[in-house]
Amino acid sequence: MQNFQGVGVSPGRVIGTIRQMPKPVSEPPSGEQLAASTTAEDAVAGLKAAAQSVHDELKARADKASGDGKAVLEATALMAKDTMLLKSATKLINNNGSSAERAIWEAGASVSEMLHNLGGYMAERATDVLDVRARIVAELRGVPAPGIPASDTPFILVAEDLAPADTATLDPAVVTALVTSGGGPQSHTAIIARSLGLPAVVAARGVDEIPDGAEVFVDGAAGSLSLEPSEEQRAAALAWVENAATLAVFDGNGTTADGHLVPLLANVGGAKDAAAAAALGAQGVGLFRTEFCFLERDTEPTVLEQAAAYRGVFDAFPGKKVVLRTLDAGADKPLPFLTDATEPNPALGVRGYRTDFTTPGVLDRQLEAIAIAADETEAEVWVMAPMISTAAEAAHFASMCDAAGIKTPGVMVEVPSAALTSASVLRHVGFASLGTNDLTQYAMAADRQLGPLAELNTPWQPAVLRLVQLTVAGSAEEGNGKPVGVCGEAAADPALAVVLVGLGVSTLSMTARSLAAVGTVLKTVTLEQAQELARLALSAPDALDAKAWVRAKLPILEELGL
Amino acid sequence: MPERTATIASRSGLHARPAAIFAEAAGESPVEVTIAMAGSPADDALDAASILSLMTLGAAKGDVVVLRAEGDGADAALDSLVTLLETDLDAE
Repeated sequence: MQNFQGVGVSPGRVIGTIRQMPKPVSEPPSGEQLAASTTAEDAVAGLKAAAQSVHDELKARADKASGDGKAVLEATALMAKDTMLLKSATKLINNNGSSAERAIWEAGASVSEMLHNLGGYMAERATDVLDVRARIVAELRGVPAPGIPASDTPFILVAEDLAPADTATLDPAVVTALVTSGGGPQSHTAIIARSLGLPAVVAARGVDEIPDGAEVFVDGAAGSLSLEPSEEQRAAALAWVENAATLAVFDGNGTTADGHLVPLLANVGGAKDAAAAAALGAQGVGLFRTEFCFLERDTEPTVLEQAAAYRGVFDAFPGKKVVLRTLDAGADKPLPFLTDATEPNPALGVRGYRTDFTTPGVLDRQLEAIAIAADETEAEVWVMAPMISTAAEAAHFASMCDAAGIKTPGVMVEVPSAALTSASVLRHVGFASLGTNDLTQYAMAADRQLGPLAELNTPWQPAVLRLVQLTVAGSAEEGNGKPVGVCGEAAADPALAVVLVGLGVSTLSMTARSLAAVGTVLKTVTLEQAQELARLALSAPDALDAKAWVRAKLPILEELGL
Repeated sequence: MPERTATIASRSGLHARPAAIFAEAAGESPVEVTIAMAGSPADDALDAASILSLMTLGAAKGDVVVLRAEGDGADAALDSLVTLLETDLDAE
């Protein structure tokens, strides 16, 4: 029985056969010419045949799909044998002696750019042209088509890492678990898996060598993948099916065993998420990522457009708290109207609140929109700025909120400087929310997307826990009992959630799928036990020990497969 | 050369699903059909069977386009394509 160890990022125990995600299609070298043995005529015929078979495959998938997905696949299938695309590729083969791969690559690029420049609906189709182009090149090379493999039978997906775009084609009814050789605990794969409730392991070196069709056991809590599953593992996978049913329901009441209330809130990106979170029992929204409403936009949305988008989320939680984060553009989430894509070091660049330095006005207009939306709903609206580093920034943000008529301004604590000076930062605002993903990345100086740094990039790092403790202590020093919550992925880990409560965090906000697991585990400990576990984690020499020591004291985790 | 004018009836214009349906129908006709905005030179006409050409044409609801084709069956092909353009395909 061969074992692969990675980092568990979403719990669950399943057995299944694996399918490898094909590697992305690489660009044919610029200037690549026809092979000496190939005539232009043969190359054109080969290109047409490849285009036809890509068309047929997409058409067959369209016939089986329904709704919007069907329409998109039908249109994409037609693009594969489009005369505009193929004529321009043929010209490159005949006139320049380009290889068929290079010719279709360049033809696709120019058509895609043309659509992009038209804007609106056309711009959204530009990526479809690039997808078709990659499929034709894969067909010409005789390698599998890029993207998540199409399949009628369920499988465990093994990939290097997933991109945000892959989420659209990931069907949780077919993909039963995710395992990646790259990525870290904060990578897109991890976030996608948690939001879909799929067991997932990241940074498991060597898994890309496992052949398609191999039967494996995946444990998303332990972070392991085993070939040739044992009888015990088969029993564990069966038991998980039962546990998963109880762990799917949260009773909407976050509390410790002794009745210390810790509201469990949801992280959402829009109205659809918010409705789903409310249905899963969320006690409010602890992080509304407003930029997710506008990621596809080239231009700033109008105040009224923004107000409508925000109201969609507020309306899902009448009488409850909704904490909205102002546009957090930059780094891995560029917004063309706010961010400079040419920064050499975007994670340390003009992002989050800092975009107000270079593009003043956008934040004022967003606050105006929030105030309009808040006036029209029954939700209790709190507003926080991302990437606050100093007390002066907090003061300035609070004055902007005041001018817009927003009653409860707050800050995200993601930059270590804000954690270290939280008493002075909190003097100017009403609350703080710890964004543990970025706080970890900055405390450990480790890019959260990088697989090789996965071990550094975990909120179990005692240094990160210490920053959480200091932020809470700063609030106590400030003296007005201003709440400090957590809205990073750390809150979704039931063991770490207990530690955070022990450190004095007042609310936990997470992907809605994790609410039930966190709520279930939190109910098994008293506040005093949580405080003891927090001291234990802080005393650990490293992240691995901190996690292992705490988990050893929480046997319910093993019992439930969390 | 036989030609017809047609007024785009689909609500979303000649994009998305209506464009796909029209391109497919044009591709199946026995003759090559071109499409251009009314009033633009015939030299600028695009291949009506190309969904990407239709998308770059950017014809909206109410716009008038000109279809042209030559050869056996051109008239019948043009007539059926005009009917298609003058149907609200988004409503189906």
